[in-house]
Order: sequence, then C-alpha cells, then structure tokens
Amino acid sequence: MSTWLNRQAFRPDVTVAVFFAVVALFFYGSILWTFYMSLTRSTLIPNYQIVGLDQYVKLFTNQRWLVSCLNMVVFGVLYILGTLAFGILLAVLADRNIKAESLFRTIFLYPLAVSLIITGLSWRWLLDPTTGLQALMRDIGWESFTFDWLTRSDRAIYTLVIASIWHSAGLVMVIVLAGLRGIDNDLWKAIRMEGIPLWRAYCQVIFPGMRPVIASCVVLLMSEVIRGYDLIIAMTKGGPGISTEMPAKFAVDFYFARVNLGLASAASIMMLVLSLIMLAPYFYSEFRRRT
Amino acid sequence: MSSISLRKIKKSFGALTILHAVDMEIDKGEFVVILGPSGCGKSTLLNVIAGLDECDEGQIVIEGKDVSGLEPSGRGLAMVFQSYALFPAMTVRRNLSFGMEIAGTPKATVTEKVAWVAKLLQIEALLDRKPGQLSGGQRQRVAIGRALVRSSSICLFDEPLSNLDAKLRAETRVELKQLHETLGSTMIYVTHDQIEAMTMADRVAVMHKGKVEQFAHPQSIYEKPASLFVAGFVGSPAMNFLEGRMDDAGRFVTADVPIDIDGYAFEGARPSGEAVLGLRCEDIVVVEPGTPRSVPAKLAFTELLGADALGWFDCLGKRFSVRLGVEAARSMHKEVGLRFDMAKASMFCAVSERRL
Repeated sequence: MSTWLNRQAFRPDVTVAVFFAVVALFFYGSILWTFYMSLTRSTLIPNYQIVGLDQYVKLFTNQRWLVSCLNMVVFGVLYILGTLAFGILLAVLADRNIKAESLFRTIFLYPLAVSLIITGLSWRWLLDPTTGLQALMRDIGWESFTFDWLTRSDRAIYTLVIASIWHSAGLVMVIVLAGLRGIDNDLWKAIRMEGIPLWRAYCQVIFPGMRPVIASCVVLLMSEVIRGYDLIIAMTKGGPGISTEMPAKFAVDFYFARVNLGLASAASIMMLVLSLIMLAPYFYSEFRRRT
Repeated sequence: MSSISLRKIKKSFGALTILHAVDMEIDKGEFVVILGPSGCGKSTLLNVIAGLDECDEGQIVIEGKDVSGLEPSGRGLAMVFQSYALFPAMTVRRNLSFGMEIAGTPKATVTEKVAWVAKLLQIEALLDRKPGQLSGGQRQRVAIGRALVRSSSICLFDEPLSNLDAKLRAETRVELKQLHETLGSTMIYVTHDQIEAMTMADRVAVMHKGKVEQFAHPQSIYEKPASLFVAGFVGSPAMNFLEGRMDDAGRFVTADVPIDIDGYAFEGARPSGEAVLGLRCEDIVVVEPGTPRSVPAKLAFTELLGADALGWFDCLGKRFSVRLGVEAARSMHKEVGLRFDMAKASMFCAVSERRL
C-alpha cells in the first residue's frame, strides 16, 4: 500500500499550496488592496498616492454613514434577538413530539430557500399600504386600519427586521432542534423526577447546557447583519430618505454609483473591523475553552 | 408492611409486550436488584415504578398509597441514572438544591440537607464545580447525592455503575452497599451485571422476556435456580446442562447413558419425560476413570484463574467446565471420570423450563 502511494505522483502539499495561493491572492490580496485604496484619494480609477487617513475622517463625518451604522446596530440587535426567540420557540414546540413535525419543519425552513430578493419583494408588496395588508383590511371593511411602517422613515427599519426574522427563524429552529435532539433522555427523566416545570427546565437546565449551539446561531445571524444588502435593495432601497441605509449598501453605492473608490474602500475596511469586533467575544471564548 | 408493591403490571409498546403482569412485593429497607439481559424489560419496570412510563394495567402501591396515576415527582421517589443526568450548567451545589428549590423547601433546610449529603458522600470539595469538571465517579456521587436529598427513603437506580471503569465500579458497589446500611432506605437497583446483583442485593429479581423468573435471595438464585433461564444466566462460567429424559427406573438418561440421580431433592413427585440436568462447575468432582457412579471424560484444556482453575472436559457429547485446584489442574490426566454431586444439582422440565 505504501509503496503504491509512493509510486503515485500525487503531492498533497502542492495541491494545497495552489489552493492557498488562490485564497491568499483573491481573498487576502483583495483585502490588502482595499485597505491600500482607502488610504488614497481614488475616485473612478485607482490613484496610488497615499494621503493618510483622510477618507476615514470623511467617512465618520458623513451623516449617511453614521445613520447606516446606527441602523445596523438597531437592525442587528432586534433581528438577532427576534430570530433567536422565534426560532427557539419553534424548536421547543417541534421538540414536544407534535404530530407532523417534519411537515412543520419543512414549512418553517422553507423561507431560507427563498432568496432575500424574493423575500424583500414579497414583504414589500405585503406591507405597502396601497397594495398590501392595509389595503386588504380596508377593502374588507376595517376603514381605520393603518399599517404604513414601510413608508414611515421612523418605522421602515422594523419592517426589515420582520422580513429577516421570517427568513431566518427556520434556520435557528433546525439548529436548535438538532441540539435539543442531542439532549440525553436521562436528563429529561431527571427533570421529571424533580418535578421541574417545563419552562424552567428549558430556561435553567436545557438551554444553558446548549450554549455552543446558541453561540453558533448568533455568529451565523451576525454575518447576515453585516452583509445585509439584498433585502434592503428589494424592500426599501435605503429609504424613505436614508432611514434604512446600511454599511454594505453604503459601500456598494460609493463604489459603483458615486465612483468614490477611496471612501467606499474606507467603508469596507470599517465593516471588516466591525465584524472582527463583533466576533471577538466568540473567538475569545472558544480559544479559552481549548486551552 | 411492604414499601412498594407492584400488582399485575402490564406494559406494551404497540404490538410488543414489554411487561407481562409483573407482581412484586418489596419490603421496607430492602435492597432489591432487578437483573436481566438487555431487552428483558427491567428498565421499563423501573420507569413504570418511577412514573416515567405509564403502565397499561396494574397498580403500584408505595407505602400504602396507590400512586399509579401520579406524576413522577409526586411519588416520593428518587432516581439515579446511568448517564448521571446532572444539570450541565449548574454547579454541584445547585444540582443538589435545585429540586428542593422548585418544591419550595425553606432555604435553611436546603442548606442543611446539601451539607448533610455532601458530608455523607464526601463531595464537599466539589460543591462549587460544574459537572463538566468532574470525573465519572465524582459525577455519579453527585447524582446519588441529588437522589438522596430528594428522598432518602426510596431510591431507584438505573444501571448506575455501567459507565464507570472496572475498579471504580467495584469501589462504588461497596460504598453503595454501605450507604444502604447507613440510611436503611429501600433501594431498587436495575443491572445486567450479575456480580452487582450477587454482592449487593437482599433479594434479586431475575427478569426474562417481561416476566420475573425468580425473586429470591442471591444465594438461593445461585443454588436453586427456579428456571432454566435463571440457571443459565446467573453464574460464571455458565452452568453445565445435559439434555435427556427420565426413564422408568427413575434414572436420568442422556446420550443412552443412564445417570443415577439419587440424592436430588425434587420439588414435587419424581417426574417423567424430557428433562435437563444442570450442574455448576464446582459441583462436579474429577475421579479416576471407571470409578462407580462416574462418567468417562476427556480433558480438553485447562484455564488458570489465579486462585483456582477451570478444567474443560468432553463428556457425554458436551463440553463441561469443572472448577479445580491449581495443583490438580497442572497434573490432570487426559482420561478421567466425572462424578456429579446430585444434592447440589438442578433439574428442569425440558418443556416448561421450570425447576423439577
């Protein structure tokens, strides 16, 4: 066997090296290049003269960027908490040995198979006061019914939250359900022997023991928050006004529509820094557990 | 008054019947071991007693009270599980106190009870650790502790030692037995390990296919097994069996060789028909070939076990195990005779498999 292996010209190190080279060039290379660009005054085409942190100063005095960041925080917190709460609730219900569990699981997981563009369009129609829910309710006789959050600049962000929770709750449900299925049956027996009420059993025994599962869900949802772009494009296009702008949309707009390569690069680099800051607690706890 | 009585407990899962009308009376302070191979229904029986499984028919009476319809927590029982089932995110102290907290026990009592059990099981140093930081043996102590603070009068054990390594298992076995003597509580202990059953039990219930085959003191289970199954399941090496029949002269005939069974105390009248003769390896004596009342045998091989040895003989078309002294095993001749000690033998009806 080993002589046969030796006779083969197969070199795992070479194969892996090529792969690493591709990743290094296109992934980390792009990051470095973006960082370089963020230090220049590039507009449509790259300009290689370094001017320092000018673009970052401009970025953080730009009202639209600040609103984007604030929006991301509001959206992120509500979306992650909402999706976790809803997904966990669904998982708990599915775990109580309900009938036709696999049917419900499919129904709730289905939104994940729908692209965010389609999700956004559907919810836009549904929430648009002139075509959706509000129009329907008024048509069937509830004249005073008003649900116009999509067109109100102080509420539009919450419609994004609703649509994204609908989209992601199924994912959290399946992950948490898998975790619940891994719970030792003896633990449930012990809970019944002690007479612990169901909600306390979940809150104080089961979920605290499933911290890694829930942390994985949070990390997955965080990445959705940071790269959130397509849903906004489909639902609000950042409006009304700039009330639903997000960093990713800001960067894309400045790269391609406003041809300000330097500022867009600075925005991208800030998003990377933000991601690292958000993920730091997770990596820290993982690292600490290993050592 | 008996502590627990089970009356005609029946349980089936779909078409599969797990328990066939199990009856059992367990006295106060008794250590009862339910022994059986996997799939015999012993764990189901324990779950039914605990209330974790509903029985289809029958009655469970605990300390004079019918608890058949009650929730597990309302039965005044405590249980220790095979996988310990500690609450993973809580410290040992909280694992011990959580149940009492749920039940609304006053704080002072909780503290007192936790301190008592921690001292009893010598886990005081572990109280502020989490289960993940404990070894298997320590976890098992905490699990036992959690059961004891809950109820020290009746405790159920579901194969509690099977996840421990052999040495720790032997130590914990002794400690559990001592704990039982200290507390004087009723304990029901499910296991497939016959050594645990033999060493710890006041009485052993041997289960097979959802029925209790025999419920007796461990020594009488070993010496006078009530059925062919019990005889074969209990004891290591397994009992030697000879299939044959009773002839008109009242002798046992196997492979056309009549064997004199004078000295065997039958349960009833001397039977006739197909029968099985069972002999423990220590109830067979090796003699010179041709000795009266012996059968010729040929030595196959011997196994040295340290304190003694086992000789394996081919005799009457079967292979027999015979317990030997180490010296005797070393100098054993090839051709010998075997004489059976009929006073200690067991005979079973080949049809009903019950003891004759």
